[in-house]
Amino acid sequence: MTPRFMALATAAACAAALALPAAAQNTAKLKVGLMLPYTGTFAALGTAIENGFKLHVAEQGGKLGGREIEFFKVDDESDPSKATDNVNKLIKRDNVDVIVGTVHSGVAMAMAKVAKDSGTLLIVPNAGADAITGPMCAKNIFRTSFSNWQPGYATGVVAAQKGYKRAMTITWNYAAGTETVKGFTEAFEKGGGKVIKDLALPFPNVEFQALLTEIAAQKPDVVFAFFAGGGAVKFVKDYDAAGLRKTVPLMGSGFLTDGTLEAQGPAAQGLITSLHYADNIDTPRNQAFRKAYALSYKANADVYAVQGYDAAQLLASGLTAVKGDASKRDDLILAMKKTIINSPRGKLAMSNTHNPVQDFYIREAKGVNNESVGVAVKALADPGRGCKM
Amino acid sequence: MRGRVGKPCPMDLATFLIQCLNALQYGLLLFLVASGLTLIFGIMGVINLAHGSFYMIGAYMAYALAPIVGSTFGGGFFATLFVGLVLSVILGYVLEWVFFSYLYEREHLQQVLMTYGLILVFEELRSLIVGDDVHGVQPPPWLSGTLALGEVMTYPVYRLFISAVCIALALGMYAVLTRTRLGMMIRAGSANREMVQSLGIDISFLYRVVFAAGVAIAVMAGMLAAPVSSVYPGMGNSVLIVCFVVVVIGGIGSIRGALLAAMLIGIVDTFGKVFVPQAAGVGVYLLMALILLWRPQGLFKAA
Repeated sequence: MTPRFMALATAAACAAALALPAAAQNTAKLKVGLMLPYTGTFAALGTAIENGFKLHVAEQGGKLGGREIEFFKVDDESDPSKATDNVNKLIKRDNVDVIVGTVHSGVAMAMAKVAKDSGTLLIVPNAGADAITGPMCAKNIFRTSFSNWQPGYATGVVAAQKGYKRAMTITWNYAAGTETVKGFTEAFEKGGGKVIKDLALPFPNVEFQALLTEIAAQKPDVVFAFFAGGGAVKFVKDYDAAGLRKTVPLMGSGFLTDGTLEAQGPAAQGLITSLHYADNIDTPRNQAFRKAYALSYKANADVYAVQGYDAAQLLASGLTAVKGDASKRDDLILAMKKTIINSPRGKLAMSNTHNPVQDFYIREAKGVNNESVGVAVKALADPGRGCKM
Repeated sequence: MRGRVGKPCPMDLATFLIQCLNALQYGLLLFLVASGLTLIFGIMGVINLAHGSFYMIGAYMAYALAPIVGSTFGGGFFATLFVGLVLSVILGYVLEWVFFSYLYEREHLQQVLMTYGLILVFEELRSLIVGDDVHGVQPPPWLSGTLALGEVMTYPVYRLFISAVCIALALGMYAVLTRTRLGMMIRAGSANREMVQSLGIDISFLYRVVFAAGVAIAVMAGMLAAPVSSVYPGMGNSVLIVCFVVVVIGGIGSIRGALLAAMLIGIVDTFGKVFVPQAAGVGVYLLMALILLWRPQGLFKAA
């Protein structure tokens, strides 16, 4: 046999092998791979995302677009060095049709790279790295959360509207921090303000005292901060203890006060942040979602649960359009791109680079809730810089 | 980010003095966290990666014990601290007995493997018992005030209280190790275990006590630091590396060295963050590299 004939024969055999299950696929279960952190710092976020996703599947009677769903789970441990192996487990061992994941941006970038090469459909339910819907974008990669640029930009708009002129920014010196700060700076300077200094400290260092002294010495009109989790708790408390709340207003991306208000206590009360979700959005859609979530999981829904829930809604919209036949990939992807999701956070569309176009809320910390006090930017779309699709 | 950060920042005298206070205070906090490691790694020679876990356990004790102690003994910050210390001495004693006592004669690699395993066990237990949420701990009311420094800035009294505790602890450790019979036996044990044993001293028991003291100090550091650092998963790992840096720069086994090293790191880190924010993470390690080039044994040799 000539090599050419071999290749042809192999191709033909592959085509035949692919064609057979495709015909039977409408009855077989759709394999969804959940690659999320189930241990470590982000474990709670991973669980919320899975709960949200499964809540929508349950609401549809255990099906999405008429197809029954079978789940395959991998704990990504928020470890980028294991990410490629983990995602290949789902693709090669479990043969999943769709992958949903993850929280950690570094892991998600590795997943996006594999997905781009293998063509497996990927829905990112949290990780905000701009690159996923920027330079690394691909037809088969979608995101239902946000890009880091978005909450930063929205907060910058609000800060400029409040009439602040001189701002300082402070964050950890890593992708999520610098990308969020870039978004803030872009909007704030477009609105007539000026960022006089960017302060940064290495991740996950939480010794802020020196930088707080620097803020006190420079006396800007406003400080924009990006921190999350334990760092956010400590920063907000230190900022308050340094007496700066009284003289220099603090604003932040919503993650500064999300899931941390109980620990931050009085130090966080009244803080203004911006995010694509708030705890008290007063729509029947959100109320129904929160009630169903609380009934199913005995916990309060948060922004991560919403993002997981919308990942399921996005997939459902694509599957419905192709009547559950996931082999019609182009139609499936086109339908996902065209859909308008009725999310608990409000209406959600996909941008050209497959990142959500969504409203960003102005939120004020009251008690243990981040309450919406208005909309910062309506239908904010990430510019998707560097994306060639 | 943009080039803005590179420009020299003006600093008046008041600001400079406050930054010096920040440096001093951070240095003392570092010493507090690293001092337990000085005892276990520096003096007993056991590479204890689980040191950060003991710190984490302390912080979680401050969070979880307060309500229990409050309802049983009528509460109080110091009552909680006392209960935490008693528990940690028991924990340290048992750990040494069950695990660490088999490690003294072994290679460092085996010590690393076992103490790394302990990190995973403690983190998982923490996750099962207390959960993965972030928590805040309130300082006692009489320490929760602030002092005004200059016009804009105030300084939490609790941070100054921690500094005072650190100084007391450093003096106490130094005195016990260099001025008492117990300290002499401990130092002799670290130099030559067999010889000390043959002189009729129960070295096994002695080490069990020193190890328990090291764990107790780490736990106390965690409990004291909880109100300023907050309590969160993985908090132990973030302090572990800097603790080793303190002990290595200071010279293994030297309390004086550890204190001085902690202060130096405090200064480098504080002013590094202000003047060269983009390279702040490197400063501490650059300092370590330079000092080890100059003095491979660290600043002070063991006394």
